Amino acid sequence: MFPDEPQFHRIVPRSGVRFAITVDGRQVEVQAGDLLISAILLHQSALRRFEFGDGYRAGFCLMAACQDCWIKLGDGRRVRACDTVARPGMSVTTGVVAVNGSANA
Amino acid sequence: MKETIVIVGAGPAGVRAAETLVEAGLALIVLDESARAGGQIYRQPPHGAERPAEKLYGSEAGKARAIHTALEQIRPRVDYRPGTLVWNCFQGKLNTLHDNAQGILPFDRLIIATGAFDRVIPFPGWTLPGVFTLGGAQIALKSQGIAIGKRTVLVGAGPLLPLVASQYLEAGAEIAAVLDVTPFKAKIAALQRMMAMPAMVRRGLSYLSKIRRAGVPMMYGVRSLAVAGDRRVEGLAWTDHRGRRHQVACDAVGASFGLKPEMQLADLAGCDFRFDELTRQWLPVVGAGGRSSVPGVYFAGDCSAIGGADVAELTGIRAALSVLEDRGTPKPQQLRQLETELARHARFRAGIEAAYPFPNHLIDGIDDSLMVCRCEGVSAGDLRANFVKSGAPEVNRLKSFTRVGMGRCQGRVCGAVAAEILAAKSGLPLPEVGRLRGQHPIKPIPLVAGKQS
Ligand SMILES: Cc1cc2nc3c(=O)[nH]c(=O)nc-3n(C[C@H](O)[C@H](O)[C@H](O)COP(=O)(O)OP(=O)(O)OC[C@H]3O[C@@H](n4cnc5c(N)ncnc54)[C@H](O)[C@@H]3O)c2cc1C
Ligand code: FES
Repeated sequence: MFPDEPQFHRIVPRSGVRFAITVDGRQVEVQAGDLLISAILLHQSALRRFEFGDGYRAGFCLMAACQDCWIKLGDGRRVRACDTVARPGMSVTTGVVAVNGSANA
Repeated sequence: MKETIVIVGAGPAGVRAAETLVEAGLALIVLDESARAGGQIYRQPPHGAERPAEKLYGSEAGKARAIHTALEQIRPRVDYRPGTLVWNCFQGKLNTLHDNAQGILPFDRLIIATGAFDRVIPFPGWTLPGVFTLGGAQIALKSQGIAIGKRTVLVGAGPLLPLVASQYLEAGAEIAAVLDVTPFKAKIAALQRMMAMPAMVRRGLSYLSKIRRAGVPMMYGVRSLAVAGDRRVEGLAWTDHRGRRHQVACDAVGASFGLKPEMQLADLAGCDFRFDELTRQWLPVVGAGGRSSVPGVYFAGDCSAIGGADVAELTGIRAALSVLEDRGTPKPQQLRQLETELARHARFRAGIEAAYPFPNHLIDGIDDSLMVCRCEGVSAGDLRANFVKSGAPEVNRLKSFTRVGMGRCQGRVCGAVAAEILAAKSGLPLPEVGRLRGQHPIKPIPLVAGKQS
């Protein structure tokens, strides 16, 4: 059960390997060639909390320029979601709380 | 003489520069932050997400393939290092980061071909999830086959607007409205100059007719913008050129206002800058043959002045020819031909700049409560109050007092707008409040330097 709405929508379907990554403890399906920003926003509305105030962020430029999309991987690394390709077994923590107030994790 | 020649960027400019130097028998190193060559316009999706070139690049598929092939062909003879960020340039050396490994690369000659980034102007709601740059909206589609929303509004002040709108429609996405913040009459007035390149004009018109045939509302001269929604995008409200208010429901907005060169490396290399009145921005001084003010440093492509993809290829070749000339092997005939072609493009470009004048009115409308620096959360009110308190009408001092431009993006997004706000508040002309100086690292690097390479 996940009440938050996806932000992104896949409009050009493609074939290719599907696998799962973990987002806040939840398994989500990903396709080979998906960037982490896609993998996450195809399932929820944001990537992270804004660290200096209210609100959430979902990236902005998608070209590694604005630095709005930094997220934390399960192994402790911080990466840009817009230029990191999703790999099988990856896990991500976003801390994004669903609209109804319950945490995703 | 054995020299180390380095090119930063593997878009159309960097690739053509590399090809020209390789053909002249020179060894060189090409550094590119992207995992795959092509730059912005000819961006290649990650492995696994590839699609046919015709689908990705439309009418430009042939040119895209030519750039990708050119790099593949010279690859055995160049030291091409994809996935390598250049984060500083200091006393003839570059600091690089590849796969978490730091590197230092001394160079004798440097061609900067770092391209451009969307020009951003904040408006209410611009930091909400679901608001992306226009370029970002295009990248989602090109690189991933993804639309940024179910129902998207696109906003712009340049030729990217009708292009991205038509690409979204072509891919079957729903577009709620296409809003140009520059006036329609400017396009009419500029048409004659744009006709220096009739094929480009025809291409632009075909995008517009695609939008019209799809029945999507397209408006010009939009005066103000505001996103509706608290936690995410629920709609976009705007006022039109007559002051009438409109609102549409949407769940995503792709908005930006022209392009801005990626010039941090030029700054760190010590290149001179000048204020360009026409586009209201600071640009590196470009001398004959694409030479910067620093000997041995050259510009190619959109990183020193926006010219578009075809000009990027030409100025890439030009920078390489200048390197050859400075090494004592000039190619005067080839250079003359290039300059003639570039002159025609320059007439067209002057037309584009006139068709899409910088939308100052959006800056005049920025309210005190609006967040200008999205990294650090600095509002327009913070900037204005600081000027009143400190009386310092200089943007680097404003930065040290308010942290504007000090965040992760290093002012790439907000720096120019902060200067505009300071100029308006202090009553000084924009060039007099200065420009944010480039600081290393130009993009975040791991705090603990990794292994050395
Ligand atoms: C998002 C976006 C979309 C665009 N879409 C179009 C379009 O559809 N049609 C069009 O005509 N024009 C488009 N443009 C304009 C574009 O600038 C030019 O058409 C063209 O791509 C410029 O070529 P270039 O080689 O100068 O730079 P780019 O193609 O931008 O290539 C620059 C390369 O340098 C690399 N780079 C930058 N900084 C560093 C660094 N510090 N270290 C290492 N590598 C670095 C980048 O990763 C990139 O690969 C777009 C611009 C943007 C920003
Ligand atoms: S979205 Fe801008 S850097 Fe990733």
